Amino acid sequence: MALIRDIAEVCKSKNAGPFELTIDVVFADRKTYDKVAATRVLGPPLFAKLYHVKPEEVLFTEYPAGLAFKATLPRAVSSGDVGDTDVYGAQQHAPLLEVDIPI
Amino acid sequence: MITTAEFRLLSTSGLLGYGFPESSLEAGIAREPHMIGVDGGSTDPGPYYLGSGKTVNSRLAMKRDLALMLRAAIRARIPLVIGSCGGSGSDPHLDTVAGLVREIAREDGSHFRMALIRAEQDKASLKQRLRAGKIKTLRVGPPPLDEATIDRAAHITAMMGPEPFMRALDEGAQVILAGRSSDPASWAACAMHAGLPPAPSWYAGKFLECGATPSLPKGHDCLMTWVGEDYISLEPMNEIRRCTPGSVANHSLHENSSPNVFIEPGGILDTTDCRFEAISDRAVKITGMKWSQMPYTVKLEGAEFVGYRTVTICGTRDPGLIARLDTFLDEVRTSVEYKAKGLGISSSDYTLVFHVYGQDGVMGPREFVSEVRGHEVGILAEVVASTQEVSSAVLALARVTLLHTDYPGRLCREGNMAFPFSPADIVTEPCYRFSVFHIAEPADPYEMFPIEYEAV
Repeated sequence: MALIRDIAEVCKSKNAGPFELTIDVVFADRKTYDKVAATRVLGPPLFAKLYHVKPEEVLFTEYPAGLAFKATLPRAVSSGDVGDTDVYGAQQHAPLLEVDIPI
Repeated sequence: MITTAEFRLLSTSGLLGYGFPESSLEAGIAREPHMIGVDGGSTDPGPYYLGSGKTVNSRLAMKRDLALMLRAAIRARIPLVIGSCGGSGSDPHLDTVAGLVREIAREDGSHFRMALIRAEQDKASLKQRLRAGKIKTLRVGPPPLDEATIDRAAHITAMMGPEPFMRALDEGAQVILAGRSSDPASWAACAMHAGLPPAPSWYAGKFLECGATPSLPKGHDCLMTWVGEDYISLEPMNEIRRCTPGSVANHSLHENSSPNVFIEPGGILDTTDCRFEAISDRAVKITGMKWSQMPYTVKLEGAEFVGYRTVTICGTRDPGLIARLDTFLDEVRTSVEYKAKGLGISSSDYTLVFHVYGQDGVMGPREFVSEVRGHEVGILAEVVASTQEVSSAVLALARVTLLHTDYPGRLCREGNMAFPFSPADIVTEPCYRFSVFHIAEPADPYEMFPIEYEAV
């Protein structure tokens, strides 16, 4: 078992336009990336649960060229509108850090 | 190694006004680029800039970058091309940047032909497009556009593709300043104008629009891209940075919904089968990108005024209060509502938000930690209302109520909050929201983007 915070090289979030948030997890080597991919833990159902959206609202991409997994999902409030907490969307990655990957 | 038979594009930085080392610019110019450019825009800093017309970066910072780039372009007799001028690429932003270029030219005594490509959209013609069914919604974004939303918008831009830039190059413009553009479009235009195919031209733009960001260590700096028939190569112009296959591949994750599929005006760039190969310890070559032509569409961006914002910042160090913070804030909210009524202000006249740092100030309802774990909590109270008078009045009530509301077991009876400032209440710039984020289907790539030429 391993937490994302302990095994990922990069775990980050950012706006993908003012209405979407995109979250990337990058691993340092192909071996770790493949092991993580094989567990199928990272996918739309996980991001839907962590970010309170429907699985069909999550655009999930496995990106072996970058040793990365990417999930893009709707923001809770559009960037900068009243009630937004994070205009750049740069600090929305924390729920993922605690995810346990069975490798 | 990189040969010199290709088309060479030099990007100075990630955004006009972010700055770059002069030595990197000189190293770039020494490689004899065919053009020099920088991307001017982003929606990332939020809707205020498009809404208000105020630029994202300061006049001083933009002027410094512009002056260095303009002098380099004139000396090397190559075009200077800037998309999404000023941040949003609306008319006030484009006019600010054009004014700076004229100012520099006057100071330097330099002369050139300049093109201004406008992207601000006239409301009447947008309504005609809407009635003609030529405006669609995006997969994720605001609801279908209506005329009232168009009327309320402070500014609406359309995001141009490469074609208007190519026309300005055909007309012999040496300086091209454009309003809102798809980030890669200004670069793709120059490479396609030189006869190169869309796939490598667009993909080159995807990197160039961020300056040296695809390299490591990241920083605001210059990037050179070589474009060939079926490949591109990237190298940062500062010796301290390196492009590696990993750094370059990972750049495609940045601010995109997909790392492989990019929807652009007139087509889709697909990089799923790309290969990233180190050609030196600082340069990377990419092959395998594909371009599929699609019906021509452009994105519309608009922002509307929401209200006048007043805020105050305070903190509590009281464990009893922290233990019942949610209930306390609900009581403050109710009390403010009651007191506001006495001033003739109804609860529908304002929005009161508590940003509670130490609890869920960063993630709001998506925060998964349910209890406060720290010994102190920071509160940013915010009021947005349709007049500044109401906004200030309600925020003052919220400040006093936060400070003096009693609660069971209260020991800190002189005040619940520490306020760091006098005055505690801060009037900020108004609040805007992105209200238009839709797709338009123009009759051709040019009709929404008029070009003005001038002899500077």
